[in-house]
Amino acid sequence: MIRSDVLKTLIPIISDQLVVSNIGLPSQELHLLDDQPTNFYMLGTMGLSSSIGLGLALAQKAKVIAIDGDGSVLTNFGTLPTIANNPADNFILLIIDNGSYGSTGDQPTYAGMKTSLSKVAEACGCDNVVECSADDTAAAVKAALDGDKMTIIVSKCESGNIKVPVIDMDAPVIRHRFMTEVSRRNA
Amino acid sequence: MSINQKIVNDFVKNKIKFVTTVPCKQLAGVIDEIEASKDIYHIPSNKEDEGMGLCAGAYMGGKRSAIIMQNTAIGVTINTLVTLIQYYNIPLPMLISYRGEIGEPVACQVEMAVHTKALLDQLNIPTYHFHTKSDADELDAILNHSFMAKKPVAILTDASFWQGA
Repeated sequence: MIRSDVLKTLIPIISDQLVVSNIGLPSQELHLLDDQPTNFYMLGTMGLSSSIGLGLALAQKAKVIAIDGDGSVLTNFGTLPTIANNPADNFILLIIDNGSYGSTGDQPTYAGMKTSLSKVAEACGCDNVVECSADDTAAAVKAALDGDKMTIIVSKCESGNIKVPVIDMDAPVIRHRFMTEVSRRNA
Repeated sequence: MSINQKIVNDFVKNKIKFVTTVPCKQLAGVIDEIEASKDIYHIPSNKEDEGMGLCAGAYMGGKRSAIIMQNTAIGVTINTLVTLIQYYNIPLPMLISYRGEIGEPVACQVEMAVHTKALLDQLNIPTYHFHTKSDADELDAILNHSFMAKKPVAILTDASFWQGA
């Protein structure tokens, strides 16, 4: 399974949840599969999906799923100690780890070589770290949503992309409709 | 009231409830005051672009946020300022220690100081320079301006300001 296959299996589970989605293909795929006002699409700024997700989770009550990639976590490694030391039990970080920089042409990342992101997350002090196969990802996300503990999920999948159009929506429109939905859920 | 208390009071008055910091010697006192505030969630970040991501998330969650950092961080955060904060119209007051100005003991700090205002100008970020203690009288209005305009603003605080504070 490649990332878009994993995302497909997640849709029934995350469709109605607040989702912060990583730059590039992950956002474009999610937008194509299931555009929702509960989705915050990052159109730029590689690496900050987990940080935006944590800030959002700490600021309000609804559950938040940040979908990140192995390359993006590698580029913002400082995020893992911050997450570990500021636990938000409504926060789930889903790292889709295909061992490559998918949006830029599948160049290999160190996470596909000797570096284990789940072990790094544990070493940084994250308490609930789950590493799972692509097939088991939907069940892992469902379990995390059902639990009330901050969870880091590392989903190991294959590298590869489908053809998807870029997101045409304006950034302030994405933010505004997302914030409207966040505030509705916290009313 | 100390200048550090005044700054935090103005933050609270403007309903800032989420503050991330990356330390600087000049900012040590204000960071202590942020940490001590019951009205503010203080979340130290490891790098300033990470901190801006946290602030963007908190803002979307309904909490006004701000970042406290050194001017060297302008070099670290240009992409984040442009493609996240400005692109999505997110307000972000940035309280910045302006290292490398008159009174600076470390020569290397001057190298970034000479680019600081030019970079902020290039980014069209409203910039305010606090040089004497009374300059901080405008802080309340500057914070309000940032949230009204949904834009980042830079408040540069130099060594003379902190020594006079």
